[in-house]
Formats: sequence, C-alpha cells, structure tokens
Amino acid sequence: MLDGAMGTMLQEYKFTEEDFRGDRFKDHPTPLKGNNDLLSITQPEAVKDVHRKYLAVGADIIETNTFSGTTIAMADYNMEDLVYELNFQSAKIAKEVADEFTLKTPKQPRFVAGSIGPTNRTASLSPDVNKPEYRAVTFDELRVAYKLQVEALIDGGSDVLLVETIFDTLNAKAALFAIEEVKEERNIDIPIMVSGTITDASGRTLSGQTVEAFLISISHIPLLSVGFNCALGAEQLEPYLKRLSHNTHFFTSAHPNAGLPNAFGEYDQSPKEMKKLIESFLEQNLVNIIGGCCGTSPAHIGAIADAAKNFKPRKTVVEAHEE
Amino acid sequence: MKNRYLKLSGLEPLIITPESNFINVGERTNVTGSRRFLRLIKEEKYGEALAVARDQVEGGAQILDVNMDEGMLDGVHAMVTFLNLIASEPDIARIPIMIDSSKWEIIEAGLQVVQGKCVVNSISLKEGEEAFIRQATLIKRYGAATIVMAFDEVGQADSYERRIEICERSYRILVDIVKFPPEDIIFDPNIFPVATGMEEHRKNAIDFFNATKWIRTNLPYASVSGGVSNVSFSFRGNNTVREAMHSAFLYHAIQHGMNMGIVNPTMLEVYDEIPKDLLEHVEDVLLDRREDATERLLEFAETVKGIKKEDSSKQLAWRENALQERITHSLVKGIDAFIEEDVEEARLTVSKPIQVIEGHLMTGMNVVGDLFGSGKMFLPQVVKSARVMKRAVAYLQPFIEESKDSTTSSAGKILMATVKGDVHDIGKNIVSVVLGCNNYEIVDLGVMVPPEKIIEVAKKEQVDVIGLSGLITPSLDEMVYLANEMEKQDMEIPLLIGGATTSKAHTAVKIAPKYTNSVVHVNDASRAVTVVGNLLQENNKVYKEEIRSEYNKFRDQFLNRTKQKSYVSIEEARENKLLIDWETTEIVRPNFLGTQIIEDLDLTVLLDYIDWSPFFRSWDLHGKFPDILNDEIVGNQASELYEDAKVLLKEVVDKKLLKAKAVFGLFEANSVEDDIEVTLNESHAELVSASHPVNKKKKDSIRKFKFLTLRQQLKKKEGVPNIALSDFIAPKESDKQDYIGCFCVSAGFGTAELAAEYEKNNDDYNSIMIKAIADRLAEAFAEYLHKEVRTSYWGYAAAENLSNEELIKESYKGIRPAPGYPACPDHLEKNTIWEILQVKENIGVELTESLAMWPAASVSGYYFGNAEAKYFGLGKIKEDQLEDYTIRRGISNDLAKKWLSPIIAD
Repeated sequence: MLDGAMGTMLQEYKFTEEDFRGDRFKDHPTPLKGNNDLLSITQPEAVKDVHRKYLAVGADIIETNTFSGTTIAMADYNMEDLVYELNFQSAKIAKEVADEFTLKTPKQPRFVAGSIGPTNRTASLSPDVNKPEYRAVTFDELRVAYKLQVEALIDGGSDVLLVETIFDTLNAKAALFAIEEVKEERNIDIPIMVSGTITDASGRTLSGQTVEAFLISISHIPLLSVGFNCALGAEQLEPYLKRLSHNTHFFTSAHPNAGLPNAFGEYDQSPKEMKKLIESFLEQNLVNIIGGCCGTSPAHIGAIADAAKNFKPRKTVVEAHEE
Repeated sequence: MKNRYLKLSGLEPLIITPESNFINVGERTNVTGSRRFLRLIKEEKYGEALAVARDQVEGGAQILDVNMDEGMLDGVHAMVTFLNLIASEPDIARIPIMIDSSKWEIIEAGLQVVQGKCVVNSISLKEGEEAFIRQATLIKRYGAATIVMAFDEVGQADSYERRIEICERSYRILVDIVKFPPEDIIFDPNIFPVATGMEEHRKNAIDFFNATKWIRTNLPYASVSGGVSNVSFSFRGNNTVREAMHSAFLYHAIQHGMNMGIVNPTMLEVYDEIPKDLLEHVEDVLLDRREDATERLLEFAETVKGIKKEDSSKQLAWRENALQERITHSLVKGIDAFIEEDVEEARLTVSKPIQVIEGHLMTGMNVVGDLFGSGKMFLPQVVKSARVMKRAVAYLQPFIEESKDSTTSSAGKILMATVKGDVHDIGKNIVSVVLGCNNYEIVDLGVMVPPEKIIEVAKKEQVDVIGLSGLITPSLDEMVYLANEMEKQDMEIPLLIGGATTSKAHTAVKIAPKYTNSVVHVNDASRAVTVVGNLLQENNKVYKEEIRSEYNKFRDQFLNRTKQKSYVSIEEARENKLLIDWETTEIVRPNFLGTQIIEDLDLTVLLDYIDWSPFFRSWDLHGKFPDILNDEIVGNQASELYEDAKVLLKEVVDKKLLKAKAVFGLFEANSVEDDIEVTLNESHAELVSASHPVNKKKKDSIRKFKFLTLRQQLKKKEGVPNIALSDFIAPKESDKQDYIGCFCVSAGFGTAELAAEYEKNNDDYNSIMIKAIADRLAEAFAEYLHKEVRTSYWGYAAAENLSNEELIKESYKGIRPAPGYPACPDHLEKNTIWEILQVKENIGVELTESLAMWPAASVSGYYFGNAEAKYFGLGKIKEDQLEDYTIRRGISNDLAKKWLSPIIAD
C-alpha cells in the first residue's frame, strides 16, 4: 500500500510566502510560495503530519516530499545549491515518521520511497516547434542532476527509489543511469520502482511511446516494480494497466488520480467511488502496489487499503528475472 | 528462463520471437552506403534526409540503421541532430533505431538521445577485453541491445572455427562478466564474398551458415545478423547473378538461424523464381558442393549477364543500327573505336561539316546530358563520353577549316581558373569537361592565375561566366578579393565558385556580399550545367534574383544559427593544456638524428599504402573503398574507374612515369609554452651516413628553429584539455630531451607533363586520372614514410605490424599532422619546414605565394612520437591568441590576420 498526494494535502495548510520562507530564507531573492519541497526544511512538522496521516490509514510505503528535488527543477527558485539538503531532509523526516509506525506495528513495517520526479524539461521533445532538433536539456545534464538527488535520498534513509510521473522515457533512462552509477560507486543495492504517465486517451506517454514500448525501454534495469501514475483516474488507467501487467515479470504498481479534474481543476472523486474502481484492479489481479496521486487524501488511501485487505497481491505472469 | 526474446522499441515495440519472420534492417540512412544520404547530411538538408528514413519505414524496414561515419562530417553532431529530428517524426520514430558507428563517442552520443531501446552496431573484442567490457557495460546501462562483430585482437574471424571461437568468447564475457542479457546480443559472424577464385574463400558462405547454426544452438537467446550484399561481391556488374545469390544465401542463412540482417530489397530475387540452372550453380558455390563450382558459375554467369556488358555478338549488333543511333551509342558508352568512321559517314550526308557537330554529335551529347542530369550516368562515364566527342571534333576540324566556315555556335563562353597561389585543378578540369560536353566554349586559364589576368581575359574574350576553383584555405580569400575587384570595375559577369574548401556558407557570407551580380557556389559537376544554363538563358532575371535572395536568406540563417560558442582566454587555455606525465612517459631517442633525402623511390613500394576512398571522391563517387565497388548505385562505375586507374597506375609504375622524392628529418626538441624549439646539430647528419667517416674536427654547427603551434580556445567540458601540438613535446623545464620530426614527400614530378600530353590527345579522362593517381601516390608515400619513421628511423614502434586498413584508420602510435589541416591550420609553418629541411634545394618541391606546394601531389608535415599525441581540430581562436601569435611570429597584425582569417572567431 502506497500513500496518496502530498501537494494537495499541504495546500490545506494555506501557507503564506512567509511560511514557505521561514527564518532561513527570508531574504531569498525569488518568491518561494509554491515550492512544496522546501517545506521539508521550513515546515517539517506539517510534512511529517501528512506522512503520519497516510501511515495511520494503512500506507506501507510513504513517498518523500521531493517531487521537484533536482537542480533542474529548483532552478526556477534559484535553489540549485539547496538540492542535496532538501532531499536529505525530506528522506530523513519521512524515515523518522515511518520508524515511529514500524515500532507501533512491528508486523507491518513501513518504508520510505525516495520520490524522483520528471523535472520540468524533456530530453526527447523540443520545446520549440520551429526547431525540432533542439533540446532544452541533455541526457548528461539530467544524469548529473538526478545523481545528486539520488545520493541525497539514499543518505537521508530512503528504502526504495521511485522514479515517477514519467512523461518522457529518456528522462527516466537518465535517472536510471544515475541510480546505476550510484549503486556501482557505493557498491550497494536498492530497490527501484518506476512509474510512467499515460497522458491521454491515445494510450501513450507524452513522448509518444505505447505502454509496451515504454516497458521495453526501461526493463534493462532490474526493477522492483513498474506502473503508472497521475494524469488519469483509475477508470481510464485500467486498460493500460492490463496491457502492462500482461507483459512484465516485474511487480506492478498504480497510483491514479482521484478521477479526472472538473471544470475548476479540482478532483472530486470520492473515496468510495475510487475504492470501487480499485477493487476492479484487484479482482483482475492487475497490481501489486497501489496508492493515489493528485486529489487523493488519507480518506481515499484508507478506503483503498480497506479494499486491498480482501485480495491477494498479483502473481507475476512471467517468472522473475533471474539476476 | 523462458520467453527471453530480443525486445526493442521505438514509439512502438518490436519483439523478436522464434516465430518472427526475418527482421529487415533499413540501410539507406547510412552515409557510407548511400551517396545521396551523405550529400543531404553534408548540406544539412535534414528534411530530405528524413524523407529517406521515412521511405525506409514505409518500405517495410523494421529497424532503422543510422550511420554518420564520414571523415568530413562532425559525426556526433550529425548523429544527434538526425536522431533528434527523427524523434519528432512519429511515423519514423515508430521503429527502433540501430546506431551504427565505428566510433564509440558517436555511439554514446546516439544512445543519449533515443528514448526507445535501440541496437548498437557494433562492438567487438578488436581492441581487447577491457574496452569491450567497458562499452558493453555502458550499453547495458543505457538500455540497448548490441551487435557483436566476430572480430578479436588477432583479426576478423574468417573460418568456422574462428567464428565460433570469437563468438563464444564474446558471449561468455558478456553474459558472465558484464551480466549482459543474452537475448540482447546479436552476432554478426562476417559475411564474406564467395567465388573469388581464391581457394581460402571457398567455404566463406558455408562457414557462415554453420557458424550461425552453432551460435543459435550453443549460445542461448542470441540472434544472428549480417550484411548480405557482401557475399556476391565478385559478381558486381551482373545483377542477375547477384540477386539470385542474395536470395539463395538468405534462404540458407535463415534455415541455419540467421534472424535479422541488412538487405537491400531491390537487390533480391524471389527464391522460387530463380531459374533452376542458375540456382544450382549458385548453390554449388554457396554450399561448396563441387570442386569446380566457382569456374562453372563464372562461366554460367556470362550467359545470364544483363544488358550491362554485352558479349561480342551484341557489340556487333549495335553496329547494325542507323547512323545517329550508332553515334549516340558511342557517345553514351564512351566507345571511341568506331567514332571516326561514323563521323565520316555523317559528314558525307551534310552540306557543311560543322553540321555534324551541331546535329549528330550534339544529339548524342544531349542524351548523355539527360542521363547524367537524371542520375543514370556518372561522372567518369561522362568524361569518357567527352573523350569520344573530342576525338570526333578533332577528326572534323580539318574539314571545317577547309570549308572556311568557322562560325560555330556555342552555348556560351566560360572562363575557368584556379586562383592565384593554388595549384589544384582536378575538380576544375572535371567541371570544364562537363560544360564542354554541353556545348559551352571553355577558356581555361589553368592554375595560379592572378586576378588581374582573370579580369583581363574575361573582358577580352567577352566570356559569359567566370568559374573559380581552389583547394587550400588561402584561396578563399583570393576569391573574395577577385569578387571585390570585379565589383570595382563594374563587371556583370556571373561568378561560379567551386573547390574542396569552398562552401555555400563561405560563398553566401563572404563572397556574395562583395559582388552585385550573381555569385553561385557549385561544387558538383552535374549542377554546373544546370546553373550555367539558367544563368545564360534568355530571360534570366528571375533566376538571378532567386539566387540572390536564396543566398541572402542562407547567409542570415547561417549567421543566426552559428552556434553560440564560448571561448576561454589564451591564458586559461594554457592552464588547461594536455598534461603528459613527463616523468613516466616513454621518450624514445631516434635511431637517427638529422636530415635524410629519398631521391627516387621505387613506386611499387607504395602500392600497398594507397587509400582509394579519396580517389573516388575526386570523381564525385562517394563511398568507402572497397565497399564502393559494390555500391548499388555507383558500384559499376566505381569498378570501371578502378580498373582504369589500375591500368594507368601499372603503366606509371612499370615505365617509371612519375618520380617520388622525399626529405625528412628528426631533431632534438622541447616545448616552450606553445612553441616547439627545434635544435639542429648538423654533426648528427654526418654520424648517420655510414659511407662518410665521422669528421670530428668538423665544427658542430647548431641551428635553432621554432615551430609555432596554436591552442584550442573553445571552452571545454570539465576534464577535457585545450590542446596545442606543443603539448605533445616535453617542455624545457621538464629537463627531458624530446624529439620531433618533419617531412615533405612528393609523387608529382612528371604529372604536369603527362597531363599536358594527354590533353594534347584530347584525352581529358586520363589527364584528370594521372593527377588523381599522383595525389594518391603522394598520400601513400606519406603513409609509407611515416611507417618507416615509426619502425626504423625513429624506431619508437619497432614492433608495429599494421594492415593497410589499420593505417588508413590511423591506428598507429604517433601522428603526422600537416600545416593547413585541422590540428595546425597555419600555412606559414610550411616556411619553417622548408627552411629546416631545405626542401626546395633538396628535392625541388616549391611553395607558391599562397603556400601551396608545387608539384601539387605533395604532402608535408611534422612527426610527433609520443603515445598521447593524437589528431584534433584546433577550432577557432580569439583575438588575444592572435595578438600573442603576431608577436611570436614577428609579423604585422594585418599579415597574421590574413593568414589566420579562416580560424579567427567572430
């Protein structure tokens, strides 16, 4: 059981620019409101509270508050220098809270997944329609940025790394390359979860790959799981999850949004409605790891966890990779 | 362990299962295999290049092979740009990419821009296990499959045993050490030609089949691939046999387990439709079924030859045709045996002899022009046609004189010249011949023509177009100067620009703005005809305006797209020099110090060192030798040209028609900042000459010289040095005595006389040929001498044992960069070499005012022996280095600017 959205939960605190800045960044030259990752440093208690709420309703894995924690994404806030600390702190506080719960429920150990977002640039698409050969970011720039994030997430105590919300498979490959480098340099092993994003009804990633092509492109690394999150609700995600599940020997994951956003950009699928849709996943033996993305709350996760109790995890169709 | 299939992806998946049909790899997006694609990439016509890729996908290619390995291309840039463009074309990006290069840096750059799972083509044990493991590890990390060539430290596998030995060893290393997924390994066990007549090639096909079967049985999950057209190499020119052979080969290879490959679908016969008798002969060869299989197939092949080469009865047959058809046939086929007889017959049918030229001959030449224009004839053929034409005209000349009617109507008069200071004229002569064929009157002023003379003759002869040519970089400035002069004198004659260093960019940016009238860059003989035709048409205003606006637009685009490069100061660049550890690096004292002369080298020595690829390029035939002989489009032409070249080369060697001379020296040297100080201790020269007793009383005359090197100033990535040639020589303060060499070789003595002789006989074909051959011999001499220096005179690589192919690929230790080329674009360095080696006095090679060498077929340069010495491109330099250089060289700033202008950053 994975947790739900962090961003929407933090919005409920209605933090002001001053709250985001705290004492430490009161003179920072750029506005910081909206830099949710920063709250791990300036409002750690709030972040910990959100983690606790998800753990309390039954989440086994919580995601660190580091979706934008790369030098590339942090450039918008002029905070490239802070990237290591952000990730380290986020992992550290998540681990503290997870350990609290493990102590309480030793039979249900809790884990921290270091969240690695897609950054705000794409390596295989040009931002300029008139210059299709142009790229705003290169593989090497991504690799270097991801490597720093990965090192900090591991140092802070992450148990798993989660490369998520993949719009562009090449970005994900750079992240996986960086992780492999860190694994080799430190001579360690750490489980990796990969989660792509199917952007619309075309059934493809933003960079144009089908479910099967995406899967083939990231299967060179031994993964704990592969799955989808974001952009779609559980209902729209189901056909793609089926195709994924039938083609991979890795465990599968899904953390869909709470439906599709309404006219105001809000997610209004209720926990009950979402639970019903997820039950369909479980009945069809499609997933091993389940959680929520945009618009989901501890209530949603609680409802899904409730449903999951009645099912056994998916058995992999193909025998496990022998590496 | 089940379901371990090779899975690839573009935007869509490609999963290769045992049930899959043969996987066809599209191979036209390959600059070494497709002349057209090379041209499109060179001219940055990426839109059309993408169309080539799209054709491949639509034609059924399931994987797209992309190769950008060509000397003149920035391979990394071309690969990345093209793959990025493919990524934005969903109908192409649908299928997986095969990144094809012999250079790891290009492969890696490609792997970094493709989101899908691609195939690397290829890696091998050629450079040892360490490099193999490193590359395989990275390929795995980038998430790609790879082709593994059956090649190891010893060489390419050429027998069944060697194939399985290398493939098994590669497989074990990949699977056991690298943990490479076995299903991601694709072996290429080398398809070699059969029926070559060589005993050792008899089993080439069957060994491949058996090795394929062995691999598929013993190396679980691995695939087998290969380039099929190689097998029929001996039958180039006979497509009937080739197509049958490809089909039969593929049929058996697939039976034995080959599951993917590079096949040209247009060169494939349907297996079942191969005539029974032909198939039997072909299979006898492929499967090595009988002792005399090759002889029998060769014999049989003669009976099924297509229209390409007629047998003698057919040759006679065309003689039965009508007169005009025979004349056209002679011109198109370049046959001169009957032309005089036919022209005489034609002369008797007309009232004025000139009408034969304007009628019969021009009708034939128009056919040639059309075929050439539509890509169905190639340059060497056209030049042969011209030879026949000239012979015909020469025959008619006396009759024309007699009839005292000299008013021939030519299509226009064109002045051709190689500019001042430059001696290269192969390209210019080709364009002259082609234009001549199209009925233009050519006024050829030859080489090293001063601008005043060009203008004077142009006015006097009232020419319609001026064509300028040049090969060395200073010629570019000469062309700008001439355009400027023509403008001052209010001339209106259109200007054509051509030659190896010229470019559309230079023409548009530097020349066109100087001249109000038309300036057109023409680097391709076939285009020259169209361009001149358009310029001289009745109503040419529209065309001229189009050209003008095209160049204006091109100039703007060029200036805009010029990559924003950042530079470092010369001080910073020096801080970041290439560091060699002089304490540990090996410095070998040359076995011989001083200067030595080679008076008259036996040319047979050089034959093994000839690199033929540039020879074909000089004839506008693009491709790598020997593959070019086999090319689907130009293969026949290239083969014919090659045969002709070999005939002339043999004559040159047997009759000693050309003289090859060299002077070279090895000296003590140390670097001081970016200079290399060279010390000539003249007594050394005495010591080496065994026939001269050492004269100890002879006073040691010590001469000192300085080579000035230039340093890269482009900002480099962390850890990448800003190199200058001086970095390869131990600095003075290291207290290590280091050494440098320099040389000048020439194979050009006699070329000009021979060429003139051929021209006198109206044989432009051989006139151009002899120059092209002399150029090749000079390059071969440079290669040969470098090897002698490495292994003997200097002797730092005494144990070296490299094949010609490896020499061409520069796999040896140490370098021989030449002034005027990318590592040291400064032509003035030649003056220093000339002084040190007394080149002119010793062997008679001279420098023109633009510092071109005369005779043209000459090569000069330095020798660097350090293991870390490598070729590099200087790139552009900044004002601060120019100033520094001006002081070091002791010349005026203007003069320095003039010589270095092509490399000064804007």
